[in-house]
Amino acid sequence: MIEIRFHGRGGQGVVTAAQLLAEAAFFDGYYCQAFPFFGVERRGAPVMAFTRLDKEKILLRSQIYEPDYVVIIDASLLNTVNVLEGLKEDGAVIINTVKSKEELNLDCKNIYCIDATDIALKTLGVPIENTAMVGAFAGATKLVSLESVKKAILHRFPGKLGEKNVKAAELAYKTISGEE
Amino acid sequence: MKTIITRGTYAAAEAVRLADVDVVAAYPITPQTECVEKIAEFIANGELNAEYIKAESEHSAISAIIGSSATGARSFTATSSQGLALMHEILYIASGLRLPIVLVNVNRALSAPINIWCDHQDSISERDTGFIQLYVEDNQEILDTIIQAFKIAEDKDVLLPVMVNLDGFILSHTYEPVVLPDEEDVKEYLGVYEPPHYSLNPDKPVTVGPVGVPKYYMEIRKQLNDAINNSVKIIKKVNKEYKKLFGREYGDGLIECYNLDNADTVLVAMGSVCGTVKHVINNLKKEGKDVGLVKVRCYRPFPKKEIKKALKDAENIAVLDKNVCFGFDMGSLGLDINATIKDKKICNYIVGLGGRDIKIEHIKEIINHVEKSKENTTKWIGLNKY
Repeated sequence: MIEIRFHGRGGQGVVTAAQLLAEAAFFDGYYCQAFPFFGVERRGAPVMAFTRLDKEKILLRSQIYEPDYVVIIDASLLNTVNVLEGLKEDGAVIINTVKSKEELNLDCKNIYCIDATDIALKTLGVPIENTAMVGAFAGATKLVSLESVKKAILHRFPGKLGEKNVKAAELAYKTISGEE
Repeated sequence: MKTIITRGTYAAAEAVRLADVDVVAAYPITPQTECVEKIAEFIANGELNAEYIKAESEHSAISAIIGSSATGARSFTATSSQGLALMHEILYIASGLRLPIVLVNVNRALSAPINIWCDHQDSISERDTGFIQLYVEDNQEILDTIIQAFKIAEDKDVLLPVMVNLDGFILSHTYEPVVLPDEEDVKEYLGVYEPPHYSLNPDKPVTVGPVGVPKYYMEIRKQLNDAINNSVKIIKKVNKEYKKLFGREYGDGLIECYNLDNADTVLVAMGSVCGTVKHVINNLKKEGKDVGLVKVRCYRPFPKKEIKKALKDAENIAVLDKNVCFGFDMGSLGLDINATIKDKKICNYIVGLGGRDIKIEHIKEIINHVEKSKENTTKWIGLNKY
């Protein structure tokens, strides 16, 4: 079973990111589960969401305490929330930042940095980075295909909005994986 | 048939759409709200041909569908927590008038302190209202159980309201795959509800709910008690039929036995925590240890015979409760298992109140505790230390 924890702020589409990843994984033949941290959601407040992927049916219903991956949509949370809490030793962090991993100096071996805000502004015109971060996750981990991420986005956001978000995911995927 | 990734509240709404319900009356309350919002959307889009009544309270919502159900309309409502508590006095009327209403309760703690998260205090508090009470483990079971609930409720040998309980947030707000049966298949399976006892019809006037004088009241109560006791047969039958038609079953419909062979220690639980328990059981099995689970799917009527049989070889019985019978120092399932099973060690564990997360380590702690315990005790699991 692969467990992913998303960190962001209310209004950034954190819960949607977890759901899109789950749906993309489902298209790739995984069983999946996505759920928010059951808190009181407010715009700007720290928000968490979780995704589980497995080849078998997922039975476990607790929150995720020892994630394989942590996806950080808002780097300002590094100062306020212990985003690396419980991260497995060989786990990885995918973070939206303008900094390099050397500059970040996080206690984690595998760090993928991506300027998802820049990508979101270029493709969507607004700083909502969730779809870019799902694309970045796919590009960094190769756990889910870009095709399935695109399909999940278009399913959730039909029409023009979906197409713009597909561009964001695609650009993030290519930037992080170096693939053309 | 297609598979969608959806949340528990939407799985419930899909079931209502597939069941081709005629009347829905509801009042919004977290975490239920999205269920009736989705149903309203289905009706607005023409995907469900039903009357939607925006009630001014839950008390009115259940009252309205008592009226609609008495005319022979397939009727549904959904609520949570305080909303269910506000329905309390009317719930008895639904069962007393033998109306096959289906009520989805998205389990949430009761105030005070105010809390929107999951436990079972709300539905357990309505235990004796004459409703059949079913508890589900995952989103697929939500959909399947609501469809089954109409089949059970409308059976001429049952004619009772059914409450389908699903865990707030843990299921209601979790996305996971759900197989949707074909609309035509469900339509054919459920058929059209035609009240076999009475229906409100201006052309053939009848009185519904007249006074039950002492000469008759007790017999009518006995009939209600017999009906809910006898419904175990129908619940089992519906579970079997459903498997044949739709490919899924849930134990025998009343309880599900999981890994009971060779297990000295058996947990008994209801709702979504059964998934976490199964997860732990699977991992312990890999380590060479067998622990079992009896999932109580049907809480009322209480399947005494089936539970007795399932637990006959168990040495350590651990009963998990997401509710408290204040003043008895036990949860209600703990009480019921103690009343059903004699001469065995039964420990009761109060877990997950007000949304307290139930972790793998908590299940392991329970297994460890019940195996070491020398006597029947009650223990609260997952309390913070201050």
